[in-house]
Amino acid sequence: MTPVEMPPVELDPQRDYPLASHRPELLRTPTGKRLDEITMEAVLAGEVAAEDLRIAPETLRLQAQIADSVGRPQLAQNFRRAAELTALPDETVLEIYNALRPRASTKQQLTKIAEGLERGYSATLCARLIREAADVYERRGILAS
Amino acid sequence: MSTKRAAPRQTSVPKRSKRTEILENRPVNLDGFVEERPEVGMVAMDSPYDPRPSVRVENGIIVEMDGKKREDFDFLDQFIADHAIDAAVAERAMALSPTEIAHMLLNPKVPRGEVLAVSSGLTPAKLLEVVKTMNVVEMMMALQKMRARRTPANQGHSTSARDNPVQVAADAAEAGLRGFRELETTLGVVRYAPLVAIALQIGAQVGKPGVLTQCALEESTELELGMRGITAYAETISVYGTEQVFCDGDDTPWSKAFLASAYASRGIKMRFTSGTGSEVQMGNAEGKSMLYLEIRCILVAKGAGVQGLQNGSISCIGVPGAVPAGIRAVLAENLIASTVDLECASGNDQSFSHSDMRRTARLMPQLLSGTDFVCSGYSAVPNYDNMFAGSNLDPEDFDDWNTIQRDLQVDGALRHVPEPEILAARNRAARALQGVFAYLDLAPITDKEIEAVTYAHGSKELPPRDVLEDLKAAQSVLDRGITGLDIVKGLEAGGFPETAEALLGVLRQRVSGDLLHTSAILTPELTTLSAVNDANDYAGPGSGYRPSGARWEEMKRLRHVVSALNPEQEVGHPSHQTVGKSGDVITADGRAAGGVVGERTLHLEEKGAARPGRRSDEVVIGVSPAFGEFFSKTIVDVSHADVLRELLAGVEEQGVHARVVRFRASADLAVIAQSAARLSGSGIGIGILSRGTTMIHQKDLVRLSNLELFPQAPLMDPATFRMIGRNAARYAKGESPEPVPSRNDHMARPRWQAKAALLHIKETEFVRPDAEPVELGVLIRMADAG
Repeated sequence: MTPVEMPPVELDPQRDYPLASHRPELLRTPTGKRLDEITMEAVLAGEVAAEDLRIAPETLRLQAQIADSVGRPQLAQNFRRAAELTALPDETVLEIYNALRPRASTKQQLTKIAEGLERGYSATLCARLIREAADVYERRGILAS
Repeated sequence: MSTKRAAPRQTSVPKRSKRTEILENRPVNLDGFVEERPEVGMVAMDSPYDPRPSVRVENGIIVEMDGKKREDFDFLDQFIADHAIDAAVAERAMALSPTEIAHMLLNPKVPRGEVLAVSSGLTPAKLLEVVKTMNVVEMMMALQKMRARRTPANQGHSTSARDNPVQVAADAAEAGLRGFRELETTLGVVRYAPLVAIALQIGAQVGKPGVLTQCALEESTELELGMRGITAYAETISVYGTEQVFCDGDDTPWSKAFLASAYASRGIKMRFTSGTGSEVQMGNAEGKSMLYLEIRCILVAKGAGVQGLQNGSISCIGVPGAVPAGIRAVLAENLIASTVDLECASGNDQSFSHSDMRRTARLMPQLLSGTDFVCSGYSAVPNYDNMFAGSNLDPEDFDDWNTIQRDLQVDGALRHVPEPEILAARNRAARALQGVFAYLDLAPITDKEIEAVTYAHGSKELPPRDVLEDLKAAQSVLDRGITGLDIVKGLEAGGFPETAEALLGVLRQRVSGDLLHTSAILTPELTTLSAVNDANDYAGPGSGYRPSGARWEEMKRLRHVVSALNPEQEVGHPSHQTVGKSGDVITADGRAAGGVVGERTLHLEEKGAARPGRRSDEVVIGVSPAFGEFFSKTIVDVSHADVLRELLAGVEEQGVHARVVRFRASADLAVIAQSAARLSGSGIGIGILSRGTTMIHQKDLVRLSNLELFPQAPLMDPATFRMIGRNAARYAKGESPEPVPSRNDHMARPRWQAKAALLHIKETEFVRPDAEPVELGVLIRMADAG
């Protein structure tokens, strides 16, 4: 599905947060629904599915902007990695997590995951994290033999 | 002196004092204490093997940290150096001395943000050096300023020894009602997880909308329940302070950082967990102090970009608890988590001590300073049902907690709730779960179970469930892909639309991601409150969060509070009434209309001005202005009918005559007793106040002297009044009786002193300074006599 195109916004955490209360117009589900479309009537009519109750990558990037502007760069970076992961199926996310466990993967396997993330999902930040892990795991001897 | 030692005596046991024996049996001596041994990490926060702080930055990269070169970094060092520490400020921050930084932490004039600008450049060893300069009071001051969210909150555990979902739902509802904003469960039998997590979610929303729930499981299962919207947050994402132990936990800082992003990618709040003692417990502390290793965990959490951390030793509390300064170290870890701008759910969540004093002392630093979650798991079920192996606090402590909040005007985020509201919530939660299970065709819940859980304290009072049926149902939740939305539909179908709406509201939060920010909770109105829009603004006296307004009024309520206007009743009691300006009171319990069947009632009839008596064989009993009138019983509920009956009987069984006189002119016992003595033909009088304080007086003694005084009204029982009457009569006959034995209760003051003051104040409201003493006719009869 195509994310809804929105112009870049400059957020002021004092004024705009929480977004659900102050900037609901900026929020869309990954399926393109507005927050006020997720009503009980819609749920009962079967118009809301589990996929509608997820966060969109654009929203995570807005929240990253807020985190940055209140001085939390690591949290912002986490949100940006998360934005990349929104496109991955649950099982793939769990698989990558398990691959990152100590002695679970060879360096080649980790590199392949990183490449897959970049090629398939443009997930450059997550790919960088995995490559970094592969290097450290190699230096510390915790790759799969 | 001879160096020879006497041969040890074979048979005799050394004689011990009674006091030693009492001390030996104190609960605190069941706790385990061990000697320090820094070589293996059995030391709280001051090990000679901890590294010295240092940092060197080249081209924006940390190339040396705490005495170690980059090529020698273990994976924690590298992760911390590359992700947690701001290399741009590190050298400047590290140039400050530990005491300078500690002063910044402590001084309310230094804003929190200024401290963060420094702390973001500090290495683990430096953070350790900083807190080592601080005593616990200084740490508490600092924690008060450094916690991220302005408003403190609390987290509860709702589990069941039998994994009974009905119990978990009811206890979650009660916990929500009592004020917990996060609730956590875990399992005895892991396969029960889906059912118990559903129960927790439903119960929580029945108790109070917006309570966030989680189910502690192995990392990937926990994530799966979160992704399905059955749970709302995650917490048991453990990190460790040495490479070996981290690997033993089957994780690395990178796998955990990825997991943090995975949760955020589904809009789910999460925090990491760590704590002092876990590395030495797992046998690989590399000879470092517990706190140094914990600081590494804190910085891994920081570097991973997770919003918060549960720390404060957590499940290893017995280890720091056993060594010197261990609890100081536990406070220090909470402080450091807050000092690096993480949400801190500050422990107090595991059984800590056999001693009530010690477990309270362990709680005070977090409770008094206020943290994001004072407990990261207050057991909202009896500790025998606590599947996290028990908590420092459980339901038996609810009233103590509420009282301590009220005593100190400190907000521990809980409140007293009247029983009818609790019963209604427990019942409703169980019925809602029954409805959802029926809707989803899961194992049925019977009405008998609902009735039992409404009134139960723990699983022992509940009918056993069909475990195999439950486990089948649990599996089907997973197989059928049931999600939070299905629960919403089930609630709506079952006739619980408000709860359905609340749960949908919680699920909707995932779309906005507001809850992903530091220290976020949902208010009961389903608005996010976090360190972004509720940032801690403590800046010294008069600033920051202070319980006030409606919240403070709520905190004033306890199970038993004596009414200031009518001290014979309690605030919130059904018959509690306010008193009009005239002092008249209207009671709703029909007391004035004749009393409870089977009790004696007292009728006092005024017979005109009291005159001095001429009989030498009489005792005058002087009663206070409101005795038997506004008041009907003493401070310990001995009815005034019984008081007079015993006094009169005691006098009369000595063959002495008694008169009863009311003195309206004073509520002073000595004045009443002496005035009674002066009206008495024998010169002997008894004075009694409504609350039961009594005195025997003699007309020739000075007012502040007396023959016998019974100052502790709470100890006055009918037998004592009988003896007082008897002794007064014997004085009247010219005898010298042995005084009525005096009693002592060192707990009378905590229990009764304030009520005695209120009763006295009330009595003085009935004083008419110019009123003459009035002779009373006394009629005592059984209430049912007609």
